[in-house]
Amino acid sequence: MIISKQWLLDDAPKSRTQAQLGRLYVVCLQLAHNPLAVIGAIIIGGLIITALFAPWIATHSPIAQDLSNRLLPPSSTHWMGTDELGRDIWSRVVFGSQITLTIVMLVAVIAAPLGLVVGAIAGYFGGWADRVLMSITDIFLSMPKLILALAFVAALGPGIENAIIAIAITSWPAYARIARAETLTIRNAEFVQAVKLQGASSTRIIARHILPLCTSSMIVRVTLDMAGIILTAAGLGFIGLGAQPPLPEWGAMISRGRVFILDQWWVATMPGFAIILVSLGFCFLGDGLRDVLDPKHGSE
Amino acid sequence: MGWAVNKNDDTAIAASQTEALSRYFARAVQVGTAFAKFVATIAVTFLGLAALTFFIGRVVPIDPVLAMVGDRASNEVYEAAKIEMGLDRPIPLQFVSYIWDVLNGNFGLSISTRQPVIEDLIRVFPATLEMATLGIIIGIVIGVPMGVTAAAHRGSWLDQVIRTVGLLGYSIPAFWLGLVGLAIFYARLRWTGGPGRIDVFFDGMIPPVTGMLLIDTLIAGEIDVFWNAVSHLVLPATILGFFSLAYIARMTRSFMLDQLSQEYVTTARVKGVPEFFVIWRHAFKPIRIQLITVISLSYAGLLEGSVMIETIFSWPGIGNYLTTALLNADMNAVLGSTLVIGAVFIFINKFSDVMYRILDPRARS
Amino acid sequence: MSNLLDIDNLTVTFPTNNGPIDVVKGISLSLGRERLGIVGESGSGKSMTGRAILKLIRSPGRVKADRLSFDGIDLLTRRERDMRAIRGARISMVMQDPKFSLNPVMSVGDQIAEAIKTHQRLSPSQVRAKTLAMLKSVRIEDPERVLGLYPHEVSGGMGQRIMIAMMLVPEPDLLIADEPTSALDVSVQAQVLDIIDNLVTSKGMGLILISHDLNLVASYCDRILVMRAGEIVEECAANKLHAAQHPYTKGLLASMPRIDEDREWLPVFERTSGSQT
Ligand SMILES: Nc1ncnc2c1ncn2[C@@H]1O[C@H](COP(=O)(O)OP(=O)(O)O)[C@@H](O)[C@H]1O
Ligand SMILES: [Mg+2]
Repeated sequence: MIISKQWLLDDAPKSRTQAQLGRLYVVCLQLAHNPLAVIGAIIIGGLIITALFAPWIATHSPIAQDLSNRLLPPSSTHWMGTDELGRDIWSRVVFGSQITLTIVMLVAVIAAPLGLVVGAIAGYFGGWADRVLMSITDIFLSMPKLILALAFVAALGPGIENAIIAIAITSWPAYARIARAETLTIRNAEFVQAVKLQGASSTRIIARHILPLCTSSMIVRVTLDMAGIILTAAGLGFIGLGAQPPLPEWGAMISRGRVFILDQWWVATMPGFAIILVSLGFCFLGDGLRDVLDPKHGSE
Repeated sequence: MGWAVNKNDDTAIAASQTEALSRYFARAVQVGTAFAKFVATIAVTFLGLAALTFFIGRVVPIDPVLAMVGDRASNEVYEAAKIEMGLDRPIPLQFVSYIWDVLNGNFGLSISTRQPVIEDLIRVFPATLEMATLGIIIGIVIGVPMGVTAAAHRGSWLDQVIRTVGLLGYSIPAFWLGLVGLAIFYARLRWTGGPGRIDVFFDGMIPPVTGMLLIDTLIAGEIDVFWNAVSHLVLPATILGFFSLAYIARMTRSFMLDQLSQEYVTTARVKGVPEFFVIWRHAFKPIRIQLITVISLSYAGLLEGSVMIETIFSWPGIGNYLTTALLNADMNAVLGSTLVIGAVFIFINKFSDVMYRILDPRARS
Repeated sequence: MSNLLDIDNLTVTFPTNNGPIDVVKGISLSLGRERLGIVGESGSGKSMTGRAILKLIRSPGRVKADRLSFDGIDLLTRRERDMRAIRGARISMVMQDPKFSLNPVMSVGDQIAEAIKTHQRLSPSQVRAKTLAMLKSVRIEDPERVLGLYPHEVSGGMGQRIMIAMMLVPEPDLLIADEPTSALDVSVQAQVLDIIDNLVTSKGMGLILISHDLNLVASYCDRILVMRAGEIVEECAANKLHAAQHPYTKGLLASMPRIDEDREWLPVFERTSGSQT
């Protein structure tokens, strides 16, 4: 099978795959015209590459202590200086990207499908299922996310796994709302009625016909939420409830550098720049994706 | 009281008065029903919130007693706590008594302050309120004009700058910005006061009345202390303000773009109305109502932001209280603060819903 | 007598993904104190022409013309500030749908008063008197009550009469009515058009009546322009319509139902490229 431009842009695709790849291609083309989205995509790409190739990109070990080289300012050997245990901050930031990427991916993988299924079920079946599911959703939504995540971590105990679970628990309700709204508009569409008449089961209709149609608005929302997830995870790390030492988590690193902020500013500020860069990348990309995939809510 | 006049003999006047009265009465019933609905939704949401904190406190931890007393507690303390928490009883019963306690403001004792959590919360809340209020004022005063300007000059470099500032508000960790702010404006430049609400030197000089120092110092007539409190408040409040500004400006911009493409904005231009009034009178006026919702949300969001900022600035508010409790595994205090913050959050949200309905002429009739 | 409006080679261009497209392609027209009708199917560039006269095409749209003069004033070289003195006061426009073209959060009275106050310095009581008189002249019987209403509280026909009042109260010389009745119930269409017609004739104003309805334009105008895909394809006096030359106009005439109808289907147009709606 040859993937050519023509094949991708075919007005009458011959298979589902061709149609989907074609759509992806069009989306990418449009994204390429949005400078901020391109910057965002480059940043996210950079994050992924850094995480995958951390051992080669880092110049030092992220955990090896070297007390004779404590708190050195940025230099050609230590690009971002060293921390109070003589560890190379650049290397720690590089390895920290693995943690950040793991957190956002796991949260997305847990929360988005959960919200999607809850919302689709509520929207598709309506009635009491809708009422019960949406009341639960609304209770979660009525709480500030960070506070809720903090309370969950307090109950579950500190640690990166629990932080991920807590953030996921606080993230799914927003997705459930979106999925429900989308489902409501699709539910009565003629093609859904048609597959119903063919005797398709509810599970099949939801899984094969409704969920796929919710994905584009979900992708937009998840991407836009990524920055918030990163900030919450870093906040948990900063308070001491997220990733535990000696993991080079960015929030925890800022927390340790806090004492040195006046004289050795680089210890706390460098990981902060990493957080800002990556969050900004997700924001840019999310904004761009929204303009392309969800033009009615886009800012154009 | 109006209806004493009803005894008037003149039937015509009486009739018109009865009519006015019944109209008044109908309106009162209408407002009353709306109010009852408002109270009912708040009550239901609040019940849900209490269920959530109950769930977090009693169901999520593998051993809620251990979570409550901490792993340093002795066996007797453990057993006593277990009985006190009523964990020997079935869960639904536990829930009922939990709700009962919450309704009575009984959130238990804090193990770190050894005081009832509710008293702690009442003591620390005004500090947070003061900072968040100043923060939201900064956010509104700067954010709204920023958003309007961005929309009016859509696509220009000004618009790009404002959009980027907005996105930075979503990308900068509050605790990091607080730290950097302290290092620059307090430590280096000496422009602002340091951590805490006031210099140690003034501690205990001001009798708490409202709990908000800016007001209390003025009541006490201590101008020096007032300015000292201002110097301490200005940095954390500005940082909070930056985050609400980012959100408010972004939403204002998107609402304004929506308005500026409306037909009635063109109508105003056709009439020859100057652009300034087209923007502020015709496009901005309709979004004021939507902005109330945004501002409320943002105000409630500042409660959340204050957790981090208060930690950085050693600000004795509810955020600081919560993080201290978290680090000491002080579950009663954690759940109490969560409940109170959640309640305030819900109240502000519902309140903005009601305001919306009162202020929008389309929703009024 | 010099012309009220002279347009020479007016072009309105919009950039699109496939390069710039002209939605009005170099049209020319002139107008005295008469009633001119512009007809054409939806998307043919009628509204763009109307708005270009007021210089109200927003970016990214661009307006070009060899000449665009109103009552001896060269509109092309006028700056935005000076245009404001003309908009409303000298040239006004009644928009299509009162549901969208009246500000939902301003009372009717305030919106009309604004039109007066933008161009004249009057005391509040004078403004009020003028507003009430204007509402009366568009046949609103209880103007005091209507003043305090919000647009969502009035019917479509009433809304459009309010619109007309608002646009005519500064006594302009030219009124552009862009599909003033298309959004209204058939039952009130004639009433609204009669009001416009009466006021325009009695004040000796110029009128450009834009519509997709050839019949309607023919009965309210002296002269008719037929537009298609941004071009004027036919120009004739309203009473000479039957002698129209262009096939498109003939098509328009043919697609109008008649009382002695025995066709099962009304003829429809083949869509031309470049005239999408
Ligand atoms: N912002 C725009 N960008 C591109 N094309 C536009 C824009 N606004 C209007 N058009 C096009 O201009 C053409 C003329 O529109 P208009 O004057 O409103 O037609 P009508 O005769 O129905 O009033 C239409 O084909 C429309 O698609
Ligand atoms: Mg039109």
